[in-house]
Order: sequence, then structure tokens, then C-alpha cells
Amino acid sequence: MNGEDARATCMLAVERLTVAYGRTVAVQGIDLRVEVGQVVCLIGANGAGKTTLMRALSGLLRPEAGHIRLEGADITGQPPHRIAALGMRHVPEGRQIFAGLTVAENLALGAWLEDESAEIARRLEQVLALFPRLRERLAQMAGSMSGGEQQMLALGRALMGAPRLLLLDEPSMGLAPLFVEEIFGIIEELKREGRTILLVEQNASAALEVADYAYVLETGRIVLQGPAVQVAQDPAVLAAYLGG
Amino acid sequence: MLAQQLINGVLLGASYALFALGFTLMFGVLRVINLTYGFYFSAGAFAALFLTRDAGLGIWAALPLAAVTAGLIAVALDWLLLAPLRRKRAPELASLMVTLGGVLALYSAATAILGPDIRRLPPGLVDGTVFELAGLRVATPQLFILVASFVLVGALVWLLNFTRLGLAIRAMAENPDAAGLMGIDTGRTAALVSFVAGCLAGAGGVLIGLNFNAIHPYMGESMMLRGFVVVIVGGLGDIRGALIAGLALGVVEVLTAGYVDSGLKEAVAFAILVAVLWTRPSGLFGRPALRRA
Repeated sequence: MNGEDARATCMLAVERLTVAYGRTVAVQGIDLRVEVGQVVCLIGANGAGKTTLMRALSGLLRPEAGHIRLEGADITGQPPHRIAALGMRHVPEGRQIFAGLTVAENLALGAWLEDESAEIARRLEQVLALFPRLRERLAQMAGSMSGGEQQMLALGRALMGAPRLLLLDEPSMGLAPLFVEEIFGIIEELKREGRTILLVEQNASAALEVADYAYVLETGRIVLQGPAVQVAQDPAVLAAYLGG
Repeated sequence: MLAQQLINGVLLGASYALFALGFTLMFGVLRVINLTYGFYFSAGAFAALFLTRDAGLGIWAALPLAAVTAGLIAVALDWLLLAPLRRKRAPELASLMVTLGGVLALYSAATAILGPDIRRLPPGLVDGTVFELAGLRVATPQLFILVASFVLVGALVWLLNFTRLGLAIRAMAENPDAAGLMGIDTGRTAALVSFVAGCLAGAGGVLIGLNFNAIHPYMGESMMLRGFVVVIVGGLGDIRGALIAGLALGVVEVLTAGYVDSGLKEAVAFAILVAVLWTRPSGLFGRPALRRA
């Protein structure tokens, strides 16, 4: 691939990124790439720095050093609303829905940056087609739904922003097995639509199954990377994350 | 007699509610107990004094202008005192202490510049006609206060529930990080919330100044104590709670003054505060896990 193509197909490029949480350095000089149309997953134990990395990417944390480029534009240290305006949507760990607002209001907030009401209506139809369960609950308080439904709302809310890059942080965490299956079904569906996704998961086997490319994070550093099929067969990964 | 007292109580309570609404809105969205809030009340009253006495404006023009002045002061103080702490994600206690220091400095500076004396609005600002209906007396200034309070409260409810800005404000009250991820400029929204809250405090200052016809730099301080009773009894951050508690406090004060002893009205107000917190630590309407704006 020549340089010209690399720029055209690279959605996210992270270079030597270091992020500190208080005094602890949680992410230490990470390099990572997500190509357009790719699903990339990031696996690692609790406390490996996965969520810290995601929060730095979407602007919720300010990196200490390094660069983050979204489609070539340097977004390092930008506030979340600017990064969102450039097309990144982050579904944060623990969902972070607006619990005291209705489902409809949550979805409307997802399309906050879109002024065209016809476009908002079109996206809403798309999202409700993907999550039919939300349609019956539009007038309900978001916080009164089950965890799995809230996760669907968090995903739907992000999709209302028509993201060019979707960050998913632990979408299956704390959900009943049936919902976990449903969420991964949705991620498969989004992949088929050609969306670009960076996925953080503790459910390593499901994540490696859906992903094209994988990174393994340990105590703030990338210790292994490669096509997901290869990473899934790595003996160390098998032992540590896949219960093999 | 009782009906008359109730009317007076509701009139007084309407301006308490108005004042407390801005305070509870500020807390609900910015998560800070902002003690400079009482100063905006004094600032609004003084702005109205200057606008009517020196610039010769009528009350209908002076009220919105004074409210906007107080709102702008609120934005400036928020930017000066609290925005740096928000950027550093400082603990709430630091913000509380900064606003405590800030408001004491502001009151004493205002007293040094304006003098401690009690000022009066120009006579005849609102004509003093007294209406009598079925033996109940309501003076025009009181009617003005009631109408202005209802209009302002209505405007706030409309802003929060039926506008795009209101949706952003409610989202930020729920979850500031997630609001930022939606593309909402949380810094700008915080400034707008400060402005709206400052306007409400300033309007409250004008109306109370009109009701008692007494304006002095520290007037915001005694109001702030009532503001605390109202928002804590109503549930911090709860708009509906502040409305009900504000009206109730006005009625309780007037009834205490009328039937017991006017010197006891504050004692009764604070006894109620303590009693409510003993039985319901998050206020009458407050729900601990769910914040509402």
C-alpha cells in the first residue's frame, strides 16, 4: 500500500499515546490503527488501560503525550463535542444513558449535531429497525429499562449521530447471556453495513470472532497484535483470555 | 384574616420560589453549591434601583434589564471562580469554598462602594392602588410581583422542556460526560445555565426589593438562607420541589408572623428544614439516585 492509499483508508491512527489517570500512567506509548470499514478489537484484563484509552480517544481525558488522528485530522486534546462533530461516537463503559430522560429524548440527543429534521427522522427509523424493542419504549424513562435495553439505547443513541467511527466500550458487560448474544448480533450487522468499529471487550472469544484485527493490551502497553484469527490462536491469548 | 394571610404568603412565596429555582438549576446542572448566587440577587435589586432612579425607566423595562445584568455578572463570576476548578475536575468542597470566599469578598466590596444604607426605589414606581375583592386586599405592587413570578417560572419550564437548549441542559444535568459525547458544548451550556440562573436571582432581587422597598448590598445574604431552606426541602436540583417549597415557605413565614411572632419566622423556617432532613435526607421531592433539572 502506498502513502496516498494509507491516508485514504486510515480512519484512526494513534501514535505513541500516553494517558495518565491522576498519578498512575494507565496507557503507555500505544500505537494503534483502525482502517476504514474494519472492526478492530482491543482485549485485555481489567485495569489494562482499555477504558482509559477509549476515553482519551473521544476527548474525555487529555493525553499526556502522543497523537490521535481521525481521518488525518489531529484531534489530540480536543474537547469531546469537537471530536463528536468530526464523526466519532463513543458508547462508554456502563452505557451512560440519560436515565431521567425518555428513550426518545436520548435518541434525539444522539442526533444533536444534525439540524435537518428529515435526516433525523431517517436515522431514527434505521435505529428503530435495528432495535425494535426501543420503539415500544420511546416515551418511557430510559433509566427504568433493563440493562440490556439500556445498552441497546446507548448503541442506538450513538448510531443517531451517523458515526464514521464507532467506539464500543464493553458493550456486553453485566448483561444476561441472551442480551450478550443479541448485542454481538448487532455488532455483526453493523460490520456487514461496512461500519468502522473499535471494540473493547472482556468477552475475548466473542470479540475475536467478530473482529478483523486485534490488539492485546497489558498494563498500558500493546503486547500482541495481528489479524483476529491469528490472535485467537496465540497460545498466550488462549491461556489468558480464552480459558484454553 | 386567614385568607388574607394566605394570599400574602403566596405572594411572598412566589418570589422565594423564583429565587430558589435559579439556585437549584445551577446545582442540578453544574453540581456546585454556588454561594455567590445570593450576590446576583443584590446585584439585580441595585441594577433596578439605578435603572429606575437614575435612568428614569419604568418597572417593566427595569425588571428584564436588571435580570440580564445579574445574569451577565453570574456568567462572569462562574468563568472567573468555577470554570478553572471544573477544568481540573476539582472536588465539590473546593468549589464550595471558592464561592464562599468569593461571595464574602463581593458583599464587602459592594458595601464599600455603595455604602451600607438601605435604599428605596423611587416613589410611585408601581402605583399603589389596592384592589379589594370579597374583603381581601391586594396592592398593585403585589400583583406585579405575582404576575412577574408566574411569567418567569413559566418561561423557565418552557425553556427546559420545550427547547433545544433545554434538552441540552437536562442532558448535562443527567450526565455531563455523555452530553459532551453527543456533541454538546458543555462549557457553553454551563455558561448559559449560569446566565439563566443569574437572571432568575436578579429578577427575584427586583421583586423582593419592590415588595419590601428596601435595597442594600447584603440583602442577598438573608435571601440565600431562605434559598437553602427551599432547595433543600424541595430536593436539591428539583425544579418542581423548589416551586412547591418556595410557596410553602412564604405561607409559613406569613402565618408565623401573623399568628405567633414575626421574630420567630426564621426560626420556624429552619426548624422545618431540620425536621424535613431528619425524615427525608434528600428533601421532600428529591430522589437520591436520579437528578432532575
